[in-house]
Amino acid sequence: MAEETIPRRKFLLGAGIAGTAVATGLSQAEPAAAAAQAQAPAAAAAQPEPLLALNETEHAFVVAAVDTLIPADELSPSGSDCGIATFIDRQLASAWGGGAKMYRAGPFHKGKPEQGYQLALTPAEFFSAGIAAANAWSRKTYGHDFDRLSPDQRVEALKAMQDGKAEFADFSSRAFFARLLAIAMEGFFSDPIYGGNRNKVGWRMIGFPGLPATYINLYEEYRDKPYVVEPRSIADFS
Amino acid sequence: MATKLKEVDAVVVGMGWTGAILARELTKAGLQVVGLERGQDRVPGGDFVLPAVRDELRYSQRLELMMDNSTDTLTFRNRPDDQALPVRRIGAFLPGEGVGGSGIHWGGLHWRFLPTDFRIRSTIAERYGAKAIPDDMTIQDWPVSFDELEPYYDRFDKLCGVSGQAGNLRGTRIEGGNVFEGPRSDHYPNKPLIPSSAGLMFASAARNLGYHPFPMPISINSAPYVNREGITLGACEYCGFCNRTACEANAKASPNVTVMPVLRLEPKFELRTRAWVGKLNYDKAAKKVVSVTYTDLRNGEEYEQPAGIVVLASYVFGNVQHLLLAGIGAPYDHATGNGVVGRNYAYQFEAGAQAFFDDKHMNSYMGSAANGMCIDDFNGENFDHAGLGFFGGGYFSCNTPAAPPISGRMLPHGTPLWGPEWKRATVKWYNHACRFGTEGSVYANRDNYLDLDPTYKDALGRPLIRLTYNGTDNDHKMSRYLLGKLEGIVKAMNPTHYEMEPRPKNFTIVPYQSTHNTGGTIMGADPKTSVVNRYLQAWDAHNLFVEGASVFPQQHGYNPTGTVGALAYWSAQAITTQYRNSPGPLVHG
Ligand SMILES: Cc1cc2nc3c(=O)[nH]c(=O)nc-3n(C[C@H](O)[C@H](O)[C@H](O)COP(=O)(O)OP(=O)(O)OC[C@H]3O[C@@H](n4cnc5c(N)ncnc54)[C@H](O)[C@@H]3O)c2cc1C
Ligand code: SF4
Repeated sequence: MAEETIPRRKFLLGAGIAGTAVATGLSQAEPAAAAAQAQAPAAAAAQPEPLLALNETEHAFVVAAVDTLIPADELSPSGSDCGIATFIDRQLASAWGGGAKMYRAGPFHKGKPEQGYQLALTPAEFFSAGIAAANAWSRKTYGHDFDRLSPDQRVEALKAMQDGKAEFADFSSRAFFARLLAIAMEGFFSDPIYGGNRNKVGWRMIGFPGLPATYINLYEEYRDKPYVVEPRSIADFS
Repeated sequence: MATKLKEVDAVVVGMGWTGAILARELTKAGLQVVGLERGQDRVPGGDFVLPAVRDELRYSQRLELMMDNSTDTLTFRNRPDDQALPVRRIGAFLPGEGVGGSGIHWGGLHWRFLPTDFRIRSTIAERYGAKAIPDDMTIQDWPVSFDELEPYYDRFDKLCGVSGQAGNLRGTRIEGGNVFEGPRSDHYPNKPLIPSSAGLMFASAARNLGYHPFPMPISINSAPYVNREGITLGACEYCGFCNRTACEANAKASPNVTVMPVLRLEPKFELRTRAWVGKLNYDKAAKKVVSVTYTDLRNGEEYEQPAGIVVLASYVFGNVQHLLLAGIGAPYDHATGNGVVGRNYAYQFEAGAQAFFDDKHMNSYMGSAANGMCIDDFNGENFDHAGLGFFGGGYFSCNTPAAPPISGRMLPHGTPLWGPEWKRATVKWYNHACRFGTEGSVYANRDNYLDLDPTYKDALGRPLIRLTYNGTDNDHKMSRYLLGKLEGIVKAMNPTHYEMEPRPKNFTIVPYQSTHNTGGTIMGADPKTSVVNRYLQAWDAHNLFVEGASVFPQQHGYNPTGTVGALAYWSAQAITTQYRNSPGPLVHG
């Protein structure tokens, strides 16, 4: 495929900024590259971190997904600019991502929804399999991998997954979406120490002040009054 | 072959809330005690420190303090004819692991049951006729009364430094406290915390409707307090990171803060961590547990620890599993209704509501999630059930939601969960919402029980506990009734928007609801319908004392641990003053 001559991650980095250009159906490589150059200072902040768990294709999916779930607007930068793709990559490489504290003995049965998660897959394996299934479905439905869809198509595709209407081969699109959304939100709102919520953007957006030493003297003073401070994170205390 | 160790006076299996209390009381009485805990040690100064404890991802989402399901879990199904499947990652309830057990990351809502709760079957029979109790509702009177237990409730209050407002002091009702509570011998050790905005609005609406609001009793010290062990507990910092974490201020009571510091100094006590007890060695003829066998997870070796007294404090599921595996007491047989071990499993039937106020700043990231206002007008037998078609009830509360940003955000139902509209709604409502709860009772039912799973095993090769549980018609009716009453209060608070949140039809193993599992080794006056007697002594093994909520005959409309702690002191007293002098059955069945 011709477009693969541009390394996928570089492409994406541009696409986040020049998303509308992609949507107009221009040749995909040029506007992206041009935009990446034109926007060099802004993009520098979002230089991709080295990947620990995701491969390039998976990372491209994750970036496109989190930028659709948390689009850039006046309230916050895009999901990937907030570090959420980095967060997800690191989480999947963590002990948790590797299935720590998870019971993985068989036999395996589908079970009822009331019985919760019943797969052998660790979170890292689940996302890897889920992204592959999502991209296969996206190619079948739209002719491209998910990260190459227009912004409107991405929204439509994620909605189809959310409602379980996207028919993935041998994988539940609804379950995949639920976990994708959950981990994206964790990346937006967890302490920046994990790579997401970069510059505390998620906390700033909602007015969460982060870690206090104590609120004992502020609790009554701010009753029914807005309490606006520069949020503090673990690093600020360390 | 297990290495046989030297006999000790007493061995305690599990060093959570009850294990720590029992170890302390027994060593205080001069017994040599070994405490076996399968998890790691945790020490306040070392493990409960800033900034590490204020990490929502690590503690609240990744469940750092909870049990390790890669080595142990349970299986679950709603109905006896379903296929039970393993809980691959715990969710609905989150038992802890390591010294302190679930007592480190608990919420600290610290309640006593009502005097009528202790004789619930008799009370219902007296008030509504014995026939009113459905056949499948297997509720029982407790073999101990509120008045007998009261001094031990008081002891546990004074261990924890509970904050609250008395509503019934030695029979005198005090407005502003819980006027429905049983008579207390003393005030709470600490005054209530500063109420939250939402709590104040709730209390005022409830009062206008003729109800009796009062501050939630909580195991969170509102001021520095020297507890009954001489340990100084800190004052709450209103930090907002109370949920599922340790308290850096030593204000939230945990075994680690309230008891362990003195126990660690006690020469008669030895703590062995990463010591996973796999077996109680039962001598059926002698009606004694002669020893326990454990695996030292640090070297993989098995050890047999003989002991004169065995205290089983391994939380509800562990307790039931150990008894079933050892063959102590007849296992409950669902088909016939005979047998006792595993019988009368119960849970908590919570429901609630959320409300949004566009003109109020709740600042709900400040404060303890436990701090709230309650009413008890619709709990237990505090209200007339004639013609209602159900029994039971629960307290209502409006807590500081302590809104950590990952798990504490609230949105009106139907709001998109992502995208630009989600962002706008999140910004609009984050600081303007509060939550309500109804803490419903679960009256035991013959279809809800624990037994051993035929298929799945833990890392020691033992069958997992199998939980069969679903909400009953009685409990659903109860919960809907409570929600109807709660809705009246919520409406009166005049929210911009609110939603009632009834329980789903079926119990689900995710998401979190409460770690209020009860029953399975229930206490009673008759060995045919109970596993332990009124002193928590096993009917079939006189040197075995079973601690924790597994001894509750059913679950009432309150969080369990106040009663769990009181029973621990009550049974410790029986061991040290009666059993020790004349080992043998303390009650003849
Ligand atoms: C998130 C959360 C919030 C809660 N909030 C409240 C609340 O607000 N109010 C309330 O009343 N209650 C609350 N609870 C419940 C409360 O924590 C428990 O009731 C209480 O801790 C039970 O004490 P326990 O001694 O029976 O068990 P635990 O405190 O759980 O201790 C059991 C110990 O036994 C150990 N163990 C288990 N099996 C073995 C074995 N085979 N060998 C060696 N060791 C073993 C475990 O590792 C653990 O340390 C909450 C619980 C959780 C998880
Ligand atoms: S809110 Fe209070 S009790 Fe809870 S963790 Fe913070 S300081 Fe401790």
